[in-house]
Amino acid sequence: MDIAGIVTVANLSKRYGSLIAVNDISFSIRQGEIFGFLGPNGAGKTTTINMMIGLARPSGGSVAINRIDAVKDIKKAQSIMGIVPDESNLYDEMDGFDNLCFCGSLYGMSKAKRENRAKKLLERFDLTNAGKRPFKAYSKGMRRKLTIAAGIIHEPKILFLDEPTTGIDVESARQIRRLLLELKRGGTTIFITTHYIEDAERICDRIAFIVDGGIVAAGTVPELMKSVSHGYTIQLAADTDLKPLAEELQIHFDGCIVKTEKNNSATLFSEKRIALSPVLQYLDGKGVAVFEAKELRPTLEDVFVKITGIEAARLKKERERGGMVK
Amino acid sequence: MKTGIAFWNIIKKDIKNYYIKPPNISWGIIFPLSWTLMQLTRSSGVMNISDIRGMLPGLMAMSVLFGTTSMLAVTITFERKGHSFDRLLLAPISLSALVIAKLSGAVLFGIFNAFVPVAFAAFFVDLAGINWGEALLIVFLIAVTSTLLGLMIAVSAKEVFEAQTFSNFFRFPMLFLCGLFLPISSLPVFLRPLSYLLPLTYGTDMLSGTIIGASVLPPVLCVFIMLVFTAVIFIYCQYNIRKKWIL
Repeated sequence: MDIAGIVTVANLSKRYGSLIAVNDISFSIRQGEIFGFLGPNGAGKTTTINMMIGLARPSGGSVAINRIDAVKDIKKAQSIMGIVPDESNLYDEMDGFDNLCFCGSLYGMSKAKRENRAKKLLERFDLTNAGKRPFKAYSKGMRRKLTIAAGIIHEPKILFLDEPTTGIDVESARQIRRLLLELKRGGTTIFITTHYIEDAERICDRIAFIVDGGIVAAGTVPELMKSVSHGYTIQLAADTDLKPLAEELQIHFDGCIVKTEKNNSATLFSEKRIALSPVLQYLDGKGVAVFEAKELRPTLEDVFVKITGIEAARLKKERERGGMVK
Repeated sequence: MKTGIAFWNIIKKDIKNYYIKPPNISWGIIFPLSWTLMQLTRSSGVMNISDIRGMLPGLMAMSVLFGTTSMLAVTITFERKGHSFDRLLLAPISLSALVIAKLSGAVLFGIFNAFVPVAFAAFFVDLAGINWGEALLIVFLIAVTSTLLGLMIAVSAKEVFEAQTFSNFFRFPMLFLCGLFLPISSLPVFLRPLSYLLPLTYGTDMLSGTIIGASVLPPVLCVFIMLVFTAVIFIYCQYNIRKKWIL
């Protein structure tokens, strides 16, 4: 794996007694990219992020943030980090505006600068009207958004987000994804942990899968897809049973394997990419009306399931536990 | 400069969020006042207002002790539980600066508490001739050591109720052991060494010297011992925070 990055993690480990929470992981994050850290609950995502931001001490290995040894000099590294933990850590008694200003002050921002930035962030997150309300009166989505705003008030070079869209509504999740992409365009490097594979697929440049404390795969989304995808698939839904035509289709489209279903549908597999129009024309010539035809691509979830051996059902269960509506 | 901004804003936030809230202000006023009145009426059931000056060192020391230990222990435990303390740990300020900032709010609250009985006494007796600068310095030292005791409790407690229980476990015996209202010489011999292990003993003795001219120990020794206590508890608390809160 590429080691020349703004963040370099090498042979990082964390043990709690006999339990190995993170086991000898290495990866690097390039400047200006969104790096996704994916894994099921308990895989070691939060422990890893905690070691990177200074809330946990590594049992072994190193973390370098912008060439600063974050294990030895975490305070220096923290000055360029923005941190959004999985649980909102703002002050319930303070209002939104004061919370943001206080967080800005922790990074040494002047009063005028932090107030100005707080106003802009409240506006950006549609929280202007809620700015004078105490944080404890915020909804879950609003709390999440304000926590993210607090994490970026000082315009950090690197932003760490732990499960940023867990348990919030669709619109807030969308807003957060949009913001992350905007920050990326502005040059911010983003490290994000999530167990929502769809989130990672939408916004991450590169992804690492962590299971049981170890990284099992890493790369760009297409690279990861390629590692499990062997061929192309077309799915058809017609007005009649396609079984009698299966053999003809296989002969007509060389190298194609056809699997038919009872509900007048069929799936065509091929090593080479199959264009849809010749298939549709062929079936039309046979008097078959096709209602639906689509190319099926493997999703990142397929990749994850294949690589990690974790069943989709378990992921679905976790998603339901997280309470996210997607 | 940057640390200064963070430091000042942590103090300001603590004062605004915790110390100037009505329940704490009323606690800071009513509690020392009640103790003053209780002490004045304790033996004969009749208020003897001329005794108040003699009781001031004990009342002031007690007010600081109760004001600081519980407040810091409870507020830090509360922030730990709500994860907002993590935000402070993640800020680019040193742990020492953070700890001192957290202590400062409680120290100021303790000093305010200490002067409630003084303000009350000023209505009834002549307090002229007391070196108030010296008294303030001693109150400051008592507040620092008591606040550190509160921090020590906060590091050991996970829940707010635990912090309250621990702080009472320390504070109530100190009322009797540190010469606040009973001279140490009147304590059973086997308890006296324990008295000299507690920093409040030295603070109270210095206050007695300043306010009623009745100290037992040399002030320089008392200041030295209190500074040693401060340094030891401060280092111990920092060590424990690193060990327990940065896992």
